[in-house]
This record gives sequence, structure tokens and C-alpha cells, in this order.
Amino acid sequence: MIDVRNVFRHFESRSGLFAESRVVRAVDGLSFSLESGGVLGIVGESGCGKSTLGRLILGLLPPSAGEILIEGKNLLALDRRERARLIQPVFQDPFSSLNPRQRVREIVGLPLAAQGAMPTAKQRDAVMDMLARVGLPDTMADRFPAQLSGGQRQRVAIARALVLRPRIVVCDEPTSALDVSVQAQILNLLADLRKDLGLTYIFISHNLAVVEHVATEVAVMYLGRFVEHGPAQPLFAAPRHPYTKALLASVLTPEPGIPIPDVGLGDNYPDPSNVPAGCRFHPRCPAAMDRCRSDTPPAASREGRVTECFLAA
Amino acid sequence: MNPRSVSTGLGLLIVGGVLAIALGADLLAPHDPFAQDLSQRMIPPSWMDGGSPDHLLGTDQLGRDYLSRLIFGARISLLIGTLTVVTSGLIGTTLGVVGGYFGGRADDAVMFAITCRLAIPLILVALTVVALIGSSLTVVVLTLGLLLWERFAVVARTTTMQIRNLDYVAAARAAGASTPHILIREILPNILTHLVVVGTLEMALAILLEAALSFLGLGVPPPLPSWGLMIAEGKDYMFFSPWVIMVPGVALFILVFGINLLGDGLRDLLGVSARR
Amino acid sequence: MKPVLEIANLSVGFPDGTAAVRGVSLRVMPGETHCVVGESGCGKSVTALSVMNLLPRGASRSASVMRFQDHDLTRMADRHIARLRGDKMAMIFQEPMTSLNPAYTIGSQMAEVLERHRHVSRAKGLDRAAELLEKVGITAPGMRLAQYPHQLSGGLRQRVMIAMALMCDPELLIADEPTTALDVTVQAQILRLLKSLQQQLGLALLLITHDLGVVARMAQRVSVMYAGQVVESATAEALFAAPAHPYTQGLLRCVPIPGKTPHDEPLGSIPGVVPRIGGRFTGCAFRDRCAHAAPACEGDIPTRHLSHDHETICTRPPA
Repeated sequence: MIDVRNVFRHFESRSGLFAESRVVRAVDGLSFSLESGGVLGIVGESGCGKSTLGRLILGLLPPSAGEILIEGKNLLALDRRERARLIQPVFQDPFSSLNPRQRVREIVGLPLAAQGAMPTAKQRDAVMDMLARVGLPDTMADRFPAQLSGGQRQRVAIARALVLRPRIVVCDEPTSALDVSVQAQILNLLADLRKDLGLTYIFISHNLAVVEHVATEVAVMYLGRFVEHGPAQPLFAAPRHPYTKALLASVLTPEPGIPIPDVGLGDNYPDPSNVPAGCRFHPRCPAAMDRCRSDTPPAASREGRVTECFLAA
Repeated sequence: MNPRSVSTGLGLLIVGGVLAIALGADLLAPHDPFAQDLSQRMIPPSWMDGGSPDHLLGTDQLGRDYLSRLIFGARISLLIGTLTVVTSGLIGTTLGVVGGYFGGRADDAVMFAITCRLAIPLILVALTVVALIGSSLTVVVLTLGLLLWERFAVVARTTTMQIRNLDYVAAARAAGASTPHILIREILPNILTHLVVVGTLEMALAILLEAALSFLGLGVPPPLPSWGLMIAEGKDYMFFSPWVIMVPGVALFILVFGINLLGDGLRDLLGVSARR
Repeated sequence: MKPVLEIANLSVGFPDGTAAVRGVSLRVMPGETHCVVGESGCGKSVTALSVMNLLPRGASRSASVMRFQDHDLTRMADRHIARLRGDKMAMIFQEPMTSLNPAYTIGSQMAEVLERHRHVSRAKGLDRAAELLEKVGITAPGMRLAQYPHQLSGGLRQRVMIAMALMCDPELLIADEPTTALDVTVQAQILRLLKSLQQQLGLALLLITHDLGVVARMAQRVSVMYAGQVVESATAEALFAAPAHPYTQGLLRCVPIPGKTPHDEPLGSIPGVVPRIGGRFTGCAFRDRCAHAAPACEGDIPTRHLSHDHETICTRPPA
């Protein structure tokens, strides 16, 4: 359903008048396909480019190179209304994802109004129906975002995303800014809606425990590429890439008595404007070999899982 | 009581008062502001020696009642202030939003326009225009309106640039909204508070500039009772009859003071800090 | 053994009427990590700020006991407490971006702490700073001293914050969500660092967090806060093994554990939202969200002792 073909997205950044412009390689040659149904979890830390990838898939940013096809059609060639019917976002920050000057009914109704096809009365009904589905009472429709809690705002954002019944929803850290108890509510809501409406999710997050719970397929992103990608359960049970192993080891479960792991990644932090030669993970990799410094590992595919590491071949 | 709310209240009182006076000028003014009576020239205000209760603020060199001229002058000041702000606001906001939202070449063009505008000396332009067309209320409004937009543009541009990166704008784009919709319904309402604050400052500025231009003879033509013009016409009599200058001067001061207080208060009320 | 920090009955109110902290009591022993865990708005950060006397203007604070070592913090003027701040009582915050002054080098900011509290020269301050940067695992400390905060990554900045807090050999370190803004892999490293420093230096650590995983791995004692009160207080093992308060139980059910939480069932969740508490609130703040709520929950809530060091406030009798 989604076909991402060798997509690149680079940014030029100039720091100061006399500095050279540096290229930030946010997405650096990414290819994958996603079938309908299911949840693709994209995990990674800051600087890996997952948010940029989210925007590329939403059509909010054009790729510097490569193409993205949705249901066989080039994303960029789609009319804005067609694209809106196919793919919608839920963003991280419930405070900045809703226009503070609009009431909830306007916010949720925006996608319908932008389509320009439905009569206003039907739009209103669709909005109220959606609000009910996300667990918000009718009285919320006339409130402003400032009057809502973080969890309620995120429900409004979800209602807005689903009112057009899109095929794909890109959730970019949808629960990271919420309290734990609210996070659970929202995750349950997203799961229910997926079943009821037959949606496909792309779930971007840095929280591996959450991704492990929701995803059917997982891609681990590092400096603009997927270093490991495959079905969720086998990947979590037996990760192959050293970075995936480190990420999983860093998850602090609420289980006392277990010491804090030493993931052994060292102090170098990933800088997308300064991507290392050879394997991009080698400066931090505990298992780095000589050839990792000079050669780029090919994508090794085994049992449905693709890993970019010499050790996984 | 909160000192800031006191000053805002004062500003509101002043501006509201002047507005009421301007609107009700026909009813409030005891005399026709244009009626000349040379037998009654240079009568001092009623509280001074030689004053008369018939002319509370005295008369000017042509025997016109000063109080009436002051009252009708309020109309001119407010009219000019408001029309200028509306004109320059429209121009500046449009330019700022377009430059701030689209970036790239459009933004370069807008910045260039702002830089050019900043390089233009206001008085010389006014001088040229008046020399070519002659002075009138319309000319003053157009000149000021077409020249005082740069602060609107800068503020609109900066705030637009901040907002265009927010998630709700991205969500609107993802929802399929057209660009005009985004500019008008998503961005504009959220920068309005900042623009209102700029508007009050520009209004005060416009009023003072009009007074200055009129003083130089480049503004509103006589016999219109512009406060600036009243000061200009009275400057020859300044030493013997100081009220001729002081009355409109004090009025200008009070009005501009009130507008600035109101602007400060609005800024606090709307939660906008000067830098943002 | 005497506690390094002892708080009894702390209450903090804000000018808009919110009662942010209502009768909080806790104590931190030397060498111990005491975690205060709760969600946003529960008052955990305000509690920490009260200890350091860093509340915003207009906040009212009262406590029957607030003692750091032998100092009675309730009776001390701010300028005396200021001498303890950064010296024997140090604090690190969540956002290393805004905790360091971008206009000064790391070295000068760190040295300033020592200069101010111990009246030593800049050179001595820089020496000590370099020593501590090494201790917190920063390589090439000499070079780092000359750098500005924006030249360092988030993880490095947080290490610098920790080093800065250690400049005067504090006895108590208060850490307010020190790893929340950091990446997962860096978080693990920073927490390991805190733990090892604590063992080396015998520090008492008051760790404020919302992350139960952090609590499980770091804490000896835990205080769970909700709506301004400590609703449960226990050792870490006891809390996770047998949580007594319905809020704690609910919270633990909300956190997915890879490999253990079933995927095809909804995650445990707590319905509703945290209430806003004004000054006159009585009864249990959790009752609108609690499955076991009873009419008794609107009155005074008794403290239940499940063991000598595990207590909770609830109307339900202990199981």
C-alpha cells in the first residue's frame, strides 16, 4: 500500500555568516513497503530522522530524491484533497497540534470543510459522531483547546485525523507528551479505532515498550536509514543489529531488582550533519570491526527481517 | 489595585473620551469651529484675565472658538490615526504573512521592500507629494498609510514564521486545506494579538506625524482644525498668548499618552511580550 | 542513623488558590535513593523546590518539620539557605538546555560555584571542575571546560550539570526528572552514573520522576504522589510486589512491559483526569477515578500501615 523507494531528504543548514553550509542528511536512502492493516512501529532516538520520515510520508515535505507511492500513485502527484483522504497525522504535542483560536468542532471539521463536498449539516453530524467515537462528550465540541486536558486534546487530534476515514494514520510520538495513565487510555483508543475502522498505522516513537505493545512490524531507524526491519515479535525476541540490542537493553521496565544495563554505546552522539563513513553506527558500536569503518554494510535479508550489519549477514 | 490595570483603565478612559468627543462634536462644540469673528480675536481662556465664559478656551487669531476647534480637531486626529493604521496594517500584514509563510524568494522580496521603505525619509516624501498634488486630508492619510507599514510587516513576518512550523498548521495542510485557508484561518487569527499591539503604537505615531506634517504645512490644509495646524498657526502669537499653542499641544499629549497606555495594557492582557 | 532530609507535613499553595502540596512527609537517609513518583500536577517538583526554597513568588509554604542535616529550613532566612544551595544541597533539573547559561563557558560556570561557596581562586575552581568532569565520565575535560553549552549534546550537558552539582561535595542531591529529556540509551548511562556516584560519595539522592522504570531500577524507597499528597510510601520491592493504593496499582497496570504485557488486551488504564485541588478540598482526591470508591472516601482518610515501612492513605482496610 505504501511503497517508499530510495527516499532521501537532505537539509542545508548554514550556521552563521561565515560558516560553510552543512548538509543535514535526515533521511538517507530509505526503502520499504507497507501492506494494509497492521502497525509499523518506527523506533529511533533523536537525530535519526523519524519525524522527517513521518512528514515525507504525509506529503508535507517533498523528498530530495526518490519517490513515495501510495496505492500505486506518486504521493506528490496527488491532489491535496486526495492525499488527505488517504493519509492523516496525529502529532506529539497536544498543545501545539490544535489551533488555539478555533473551537473543537471547527478543528475536527477542518478536513471535511477542506474537501468541500459534504453539505454543512452532514459535516456537523460526522464531527459529532467522531467525537463520540474518541470518547469525548458532545459538550466538548464548543470548547477551545485551552479548556481541555492533554489527553482530551490528543483525542481531538485523533478525531480530526479520522474524520475523513483515511487509509493510513501516521502517529508521530502520539503519547510521549502525556502522563502514563493517559497514555494507556490513548493507546487503547487507537487500538480500538484501528479495528473498527480498518486502519493502518505508522507509529513513530522512541518508547520501545509502547512500540512492542502496539506494533506488528518494527523498523529501527538510525541516522536516516532503517538498520533493522521486520515482524515485531521475532525482532524483539532476537534482535540482530547491535543498535537494536542496545535500544532494547536500555528499556527500563518497572521491575525492581534488575540493575541498569550498560549499553556500552559510548559518548559519541549521532549527528545527521556528520554521518560517519562506512557503517554509520560504527563509532558507537560495541562490536565494530575494521571493515565497519570503511565499508557500508549491505541489507541482509533473512526470514523476513532486513538488517544492515556485517554481523547479521 | 494592580498598577497596570489602573494605567490601562486610564488609557481606555482617555481614548474612549476622545472618541466620544469626536463622535459627538456636532453636539458638544459650543460654536462653529470655522466661524471667524475678528472682533473676538485672541481672547484668553475663561480662567485667565480677560477671558469670557462664552469661549471657555478662548479664541484664536481669527476669532474662532478654540474649544470648538479642539473638539473638531479630535475628529481629525482620530480619523487620521484610524485610517492610517488600517491602510498600513493591511499592507504590512499582507507583506509580512506572505514573506513569513512562503520563505525563499517571496521572503527575500518582502525583506527588500522593508529595507527600501526604511530608507525613505518620511518628511521629504510628504513634501514631494504635497508639492505635486497639494495637501488634503486624503493625501495625508494615503501618504502616511503607504509609508507606515514596516512595523506591521516585520511583526507579521516574524510571528508567521514562528507559527508556520507549529503542528496545527502541518495538520491543516495534511487535512487538505488550501493555502489561502491556512493563511487566513490558521495563521492570521493567531498573529492578530501581536498586530493589535503594533496598531496602537502606530496610531499614536500617525497622529503625531500628522501634527508634525500639518505644522510644516505639509499636512491637513487650513482652515481644518487639525491640532498640529492649530499649533502652527499659533506659533506667531506664542509669547503673548501661550494658550494658542498649549491647548492643542496638551490635547495631543493626552491623546497619544492614552493610546500608549492602552497599547501597553492590551499587550499585557493579550499575553504578548514586546519581543515575541 | 539520622535522615539527611526530613520533611513532615509540607503544604504549598499558590496565589491562584491551587493547593499544590498537601501534607507531604518523607525522609531521605544517607546513601539512599528516595524516588518521588507521580504524574504531572501531583506536586512532586513543587516539593523539591520547597526544600531548596526556590518556589515562585507568592507561593505559601508551611511544614511542621523541614530539616536538612541539622539545619531547620523552616526558620532560616533565604540568604542562609542560599549558602546551602549548590553547596551541601544541590539540585539538577530536567532540561539541561536551559539549566546552563549559554553565554558562559562550562568551566566558568562550574568554577563559579566553588568560588562563591568556598571563596577559592578561579584556578582552583577550574581544577576541581576538571576533576569532576572526569568523574562523570567526560573525556578530555580540559577541552570541555572551554566549550559553551550549545556545543555539547543533551547527554553531555546533563553530565555537566551533575558535575556542577557535585562541586562542593553535597550531602543531598535533588534530581528533578534528570533523564526525561534524554534519549533512552543516554538515560541509562546517566542513571548508572548517578548510582555509581552515590555509592562512591555516600550521597543521599532525592529523585523526582514520572517513570516507574526509573523508580524500579534506582530507588530504595518510593513515595507515590497524587494531587499533592503522598498516597503510598514503601521500599521499592514492597511497592512493586504489593502496591496497596488503588492509584499505584492502576499506574503499574498502565505501563507495558515488553514480553510480559499481553498484546491482544487493552492496557490497564485509569479512567478520568487528575482533579484540580483548591484549599478546601476534603476526602480522597482519587475517589472519582477509583474502582473501590465508597462514601467513606469523602471524609478523613486514615493512614494504613502495611508494615513498619510501608504505608498508604486509603479507607480500605489492608488486605
